[in-house]
Amino acid sequence: MRTWAIIKTVSETDKGVNNMKKTLYGILALAMSASLVGCGNGGSKGPDTTKGEGVMTYAEYMAAELDAEVTVEAYVQAKQSWWDNKATFFAQDADGAYFFYDMPISEEDFNKISVGQKIKVTGHKAEWAGQIEIIDSEFEIEEGSWIADPVDVTELLGTDELESHMNQKVLFKGLTVEAAEYTENGDKYVTFKDASGNEAAFMYKSNGTGSQGDDVYFTVSKDGKNYTFLVRNYLTGKDTDVYKAAEALEIGKTYDMAGYMYWYNGPNPWITEITAQ
Amino acid sequence: MRRLLKTAALAVSVIALLCMSSCHGTQGMADFIVPEEFDMNQTHELIFWAKNDTNRTQTAIYEKAIKDFEALYPNVTVKIRLYTDYSNIYNDVITNIATNTTPNVCITYPDHIATYMTGINTVVDLDEMMTNEKYGLGGSEVKFESPAYDEVIPEFLDECMIQEKHYAIPFMRSTEACYVNETYVRELGFELPEVMTWDFMFEVAEAAMEKDENGMFKVNGQNVMIPIIYKSTDNMMIQMLAQKEAEYSDNEGHILIFNDDTKEIMYMSAEHGKTGAFSTFKISSYPANFLNAGQCIFAIDSTAGATWMGTDAPLLDISPDQIVRFDTAVRMIPQFNPDKPKMISQGPSICIFNKRDPQEVLASWLFAQYLLSNDVQIAYSETEGYVPVTSKAQNSEEYQDYLSRSGEDSNEHYRVKIEASQLLLNHTSDTFVTPVFNGSASLRQAAGQLIENAVKSARRKETIDDAYCEEQFSKVNSLYHLDQISASSAGTEELGPLPAPSKALLICLAVVWVILGAVYAIPLLKKKNMHS
Repeated sequence: MRTWAIIKTVSETDKGVNNMKKTLYGILALAMSASLVGCGNGGSKGPDTTKGEGVMTYAEYMAAELDAEVTVEAYVQAKQSWWDNKATFFAQDADGAYFFYDMPISEEDFNKISVGQKIKVTGHKAEWAGQIEIIDSEFEIEEGSWIADPVDVTELLGTDELESHMNQKVLFKGLTVEAAEYTENGDKYVTFKDASGNEAAFMYKSNGTGSQGDDVYFTVSKDGKNYTFLVRNYLTGKDTDVYKAAEALEIGKTYDMAGYMYWYNGPNPWITEITAQ
Repeated sequence: MRRLLKTAALAVSVIALLCMSSCHGTQGMADFIVPEEFDMNQTHELIFWAKNDTNRTQTAIYEKAIKDFEALYPNVTVKIRLYTDYSNIYNDVITNIATNTTPNVCITYPDHIATYMTGINTVVDLDEMMTNEKYGLGGSEVKFESPAYDEVIPEFLDECMIQEKHYAIPFMRSTEACYVNETYVRELGFELPEVMTWDFMFEVAEAAMEKDENGMFKVNGQNVMIPIIYKSTDNMMIQMLAQKEAEYSDNEGHILIFNDDTKEIMYMSAEHGKTGAFSTFKISSYPANFLNAGQCIFAIDSTAGATWMGTDAPLLDISPDQIVRFDTAVRMIPQFNPDKPKMISQGPSICIFNKRDPQEVLASWLFAQYLLSNDVQIAYSETEGYVPVTSKAQNSEEYQDYLSRSGEDSNEHYRVKIEASQLLLNHTSDTFVTPVFNGSASLRQAAGQLIENAVKSARRKETIDDAYCEEQFSKVNSLYHLDQISASSAGTEELGPLPAPSKALLICLAVVWVILGAVYAIPLLKKKNMHS
């Protein structure tokens, strides 16, 4: 959109200089083509913003009451493992993100839906521990593919505004890993100790009672405040780079992390990429 | 003639051998016979699948039990795999039965064992083992102080009986409790009775739905209030039916849940689901989190979840700044008839999987039995609102001292936890279990699904009437294959097609008879032809 605005401005101010105008058009067209090619593996081409008949915009979906029937079109960004003819998906359109929980789906269809695939989902809006989602749904595979770029929400940590990015692909930059901690005895945080009695950078399960293969929890800090993040086994699997990266975190080191803005009684990001700074 | 007979005999033998070998691997294990002696020179690595309640102390107790057991039996090592969900254990066991890679010892529910038993001799019948003079409960050769047979609480032991035999021993027992924000009950103008009725609970819940001019709930000043949240709707349906003395199922595996009493329960759930006064774990999330945040008044969950309940709960799943202070009361689940209370008995049991080596099975049994020793029973029961399953542990000085110190601190002697245990100890004779048969686990799920669906539909403003209930009956009947359970479990009804090995055996027998017939008939025919 911004590129087209520049073209318009240039053409209006240089009315008398046709040759120059042609040259500029040529340069800008080349630049646009180059930018599209460069974004071929990402989402910069942009999703189709037109909605089919009876399909809600993101704003309409968010305004709908809980339990209401909703229909949305969105592009799958991540798939949780398939089980018992059900699967859970993170999806996005141009304006926001969705969470399709336990969507009935055959294994064959599940395998057909690759990341980026556009689907239309009709179900009921629900809220589970603060997480807004669509349940009891049906889906149709539609034409189109788009992979969203993560949105940098680092500055929103600890603010209410973070909630507006629920279910979205997000990025956190410059997080320091702290000793893993959990809540106990009503009102205090307890530092997790590993089998040797040492502080650890991560733990399995939210209070360290798990073992390898369970979700990996860790505590990160930004501007003096601590936050709990996790690598969700059902989303990533335990043999993935991110699961291993979480197991290799070091206290005091700084990392960039990308993932999905899941909500569980507050922000509870599910991390899918960890990069040491 | 002799040559022909020899040939026939050889053919019969070959066919018989083929029959037997074709059945090998599909017929399951041989019967387990208790060895005369436990060979301390033979080493074993036992696999133990257990469940913890996301409770660090429980994990530590399992680990200590294993260490102590291994010290007593140095030829045995135990490898533990921890789960937080019984259904995951169940799924994994089912998957591993087909490949003979089941664990040795497994924490489970009798409902699940009934399904495991579809494999022949997969699960060890413990009757002979339990009463074995040397290695049985309190046996002379057992290297630790184990409880005698009659020291296992009979009600709990009976729950492990399937088809007249014990296929498990109880490990821990719990029931459900209603954890109440008594402060809010008082503020709403009610007095909490010792035994609540369903009507009382729903009346208070509806009163709590009143909002102020800003749309906030008057009782808590927040924009969220779900007065009743039920964790296990399976249990809710089962207990309500039991309290009404209504039908659910019988020992023969007949499915009797599709009746008018069930419809009444669906109507009741829908009525209060529609107003938002009642919800479930599946719809809203964990009752404890809402209770502790002052957003729920009646949180109904297992007594084994007591350490998560209340303002001072030792375990916490929400951020500390969300906690609201209130008085937490522990009550039995609401009743239709307070003079005749009924509540479910639940909790983990232990089963042993059969293996080719009887010594390995005996080692498994010894470890399982070790889990009934006072050391393990008392320590584990104190981690949650559990109750030890032996009178030996229940009556011990150590356990009685523990109970008497209720409220001394907010951890080991957390009042809510000990009151939850006391609830079951005081009402063991008021507990019940549902019949166990292959498919009873599915029936449980179906029971809960009827409530979940009714509440969801009511929230979605659908009409909940007789036609709706009938439609739901049909849906869950199909979804959980209850019609098939009924057909295969009830002895007098259609048994379905024969399994492949049985078919193979019958075909072989037929072939053998044809060959024998031929051996007999051919000489006779020859003789006849010669005469003619």
